[in-house]
Amino acid sequence: MKSPRIFVPNDATAIACGADRVAKRLEAGLLARGITADITRNGSRGMFWLEPLVEIETERGRIGYGPVTPAEVDELLHAGFLHGADHPKCIGVVDELPWLKKQTRLTFARIGIIDPLSLTEYEAHGGYRGLKRALELGPSGTVEEVFESGLRGRGGAGFPTGIKWRTVAAAPADQKYIVCNADEGDSGTFADRLIMEADPYCLIEGMTIAGLAVGATKGFVYCRSEYPLAFVVMEKAIEKARMAGLLGDNILGSGVSFDMEMRMGAGAYVCGEETSLLESLEGKRGLVRAKPPLPAHVGLFGKPTVINNLVSLATVPIILDKGGKFYRDFGMGRSRGTMPIQLAGNIKHGGLFETAFGISLGELVNEIGGGTASGRPVKAVQAGGPLGAYLPVHQFDTPFDYEAFAAKDALIGHGGIVVFDDTVDMAHMAKFAMEFCAHESCGKCTPCRIGSTRGVETIDKIVAGEKREQNLALLEDLCHTMKLGSLCALGGFTPYPVVSALTHFPEDFGATPKLPAAAE
Amino acid sequence: MAVYEDWSTERAAQVIAEHKHLDGATMPILHAMQETFGFVPDPVVPMIAETLNLSRAEVYGVLTFYHDFRREPPGRTVVKLCAAEACQSMGSTALTAYAEAKLGVSMGETSADGRVTLEPIYCLGLCACAPSALVDGQLVGRLDRATVDEIAECVAAGKHFGEV
Repeated sequence: MKSPRIFVPNDATAIACGADRVAKRLEAGLLARGITADITRNGSRGMFWLEPLVEIETERGRIGYGPVTPAEVDELLHAGFLHGADHPKCIGVVDELPWLKKQTRLTFARIGIIDPLSLTEYEAHGGYRGLKRALELGPSGTVEEVFESGLRGRGGAGFPTGIKWRTVAAAPADQKYIVCNADEGDSGTFADRLIMEADPYCLIEGMTIAGLAVGATKGFVYCRSEYPLAFVVMEKAIEKARMAGLLGDNILGSGVSFDMEMRMGAGAYVCGEETSLLESLEGKRGLVRAKPPLPAHVGLFGKPTVINNLVSLATVPIILDKGGKFYRDFGMGRSRGTMPIQLAGNIKHGGLFETAFGISLGELVNEIGGGTASGRPVKAVQAGGPLGAYLPVHQFDTPFDYEAFAAKDALIGHGGIVVFDDTVDMAHMAKFAMEFCAHESCGKCTPCRIGSTRGVETIDKIVAGEKREQNLALLEDLCHTMKLGSLCALGGFTPYPVVSALTHFPEDFGATPKLPAAAE
Repeated sequence: MAVYEDWSTERAAQVIAEHKHLDGATMPILHAMQETFGFVPDPVVPMIAETLNLSRAEVYGVLTFYHDFRREPPGRTVVKLCAAEACQSMGSTALTAYAEAKLGVSMGETSADGRVTLEPIYCLGLCACAPSALVDGQLVGRLDRATVDEIAECVAAGKHFGEV
């Protein structure tokens, strides 16, 4: 009889919720019962409220149990979970769960399904088909396929990836680089982390295709230090890919050479900005560069560089595999394809939900996310990270789309949605946005460096009721200056959370007239 | 609790030699120094500058720009609590105050007895199981008062977090 195959996730969320201890208890429990089983540490399916989600392979499919605590392992073994037996923690066949079935997983097709470091499983699930097709198409054909797909930068700026690649491909140089921006600093986002931890070869393949397309032979992944696990998984995957001849010279006998290295950030949020990231990779302070010149012309070490968000690069393999048209057929308007939306914060069913553009914010938060974790009413969501706007419930009909969000003075950013219940003080959140900007400013431009500190002080005065009207006007003026006068998105977008909080929740800033203070 | 090596010029020179071939080697060297000694001791600044043909000011500039690099040894246990929005939405602010009281140290400080360092961290990417923390390099999700108590017990007993 075939020994049962059990899956225990090893992504950072599952581990943070006790997956390692669950795996240990499981091993001990199996040993005590004299059962031989194969415990595979898969990546996460992205349903984080169920982590650790233990799955068992059965004839009916993979049956899940979650969230499993280490103390429950023996009870599960006793209940017969190895045969997919019923149990209060049993969630049935995982692939049949509506939360997963409603999704369109293109970029994240393999996460949680395969052993992240198994090249055999990666290839069995469609891996390296994209690279093979790119090798057939050749460099210009590959660039055009990406252009055709309508893929836009998933880091937040939404710049067409194909145009970036065309520019670098056309730039003459003795050396070009591919840089992957894995400095996913936005609170409420974890898509990059999931790819690195759950499907690392997908990024390696995407970067290899990019290298082939534009004529770059060297790639760097700039991964934030807050993702220690992702860094280690990627290093292992790069080494294994190299051993298998999928990185290095003459990849798959094609004559194409490409190799890559992992680099670690050091806790600077601003290094998620592309030019600051390049400075950091060069071993300097992460000071933002003025553009032009664009990194596509003068990038890393002064050479033409494709610098893309991790999700953009990880989406390239499926575009090449299925064709640009296939990908372009998902989505709405100018937002083509799918977006990994990350539901986070005070939400009942948080996790990664990949879907075509166009789904409404309300559906994401209330139907898919199930509302707040606290059970209290939703007051606001922050979309797009610390530089994204706060949207009130009455804007929940907004479709998830670059332009639709922009029209509401909001941004989709990297796809993170952080939910807050009615206990949140929006003046505090607005002040936090300014404080965060002050903390993380690289200091190169004045609006960001000084403006953020003045912003904190001004919000304090408004909340204290000190010269309210004048200070409100001052804050508005300050936000205007930061928005238009900052060198990069850190100073330029910090006004989004501040202004949106002020616009939609004036009562939190003391707008309701208070009783006059007692006689002085 | 992390165990670090005592300072030695020879060891520092060795760490530099292991990484100096990398493109833009400053950051990898600083990371390796911190991994070796627990912090970046001042004498390494001129050593890195000389090896990489940079000015001391440039190396010093890099060292002081990034939040991660320490110039003083950390406490034996380092507790990093996420202070970003997603964790705030799940009550991290109140939990931080609780941790400060329980550990007897303020955010951003190392206790006088060198037992513990408490620091903010801006996002561990565990935003769907907030609040989160990084304790002695171990990720903790769904952080609550009970886990903070457990961390405090480990700190007091001089044990590695999670060691039962």
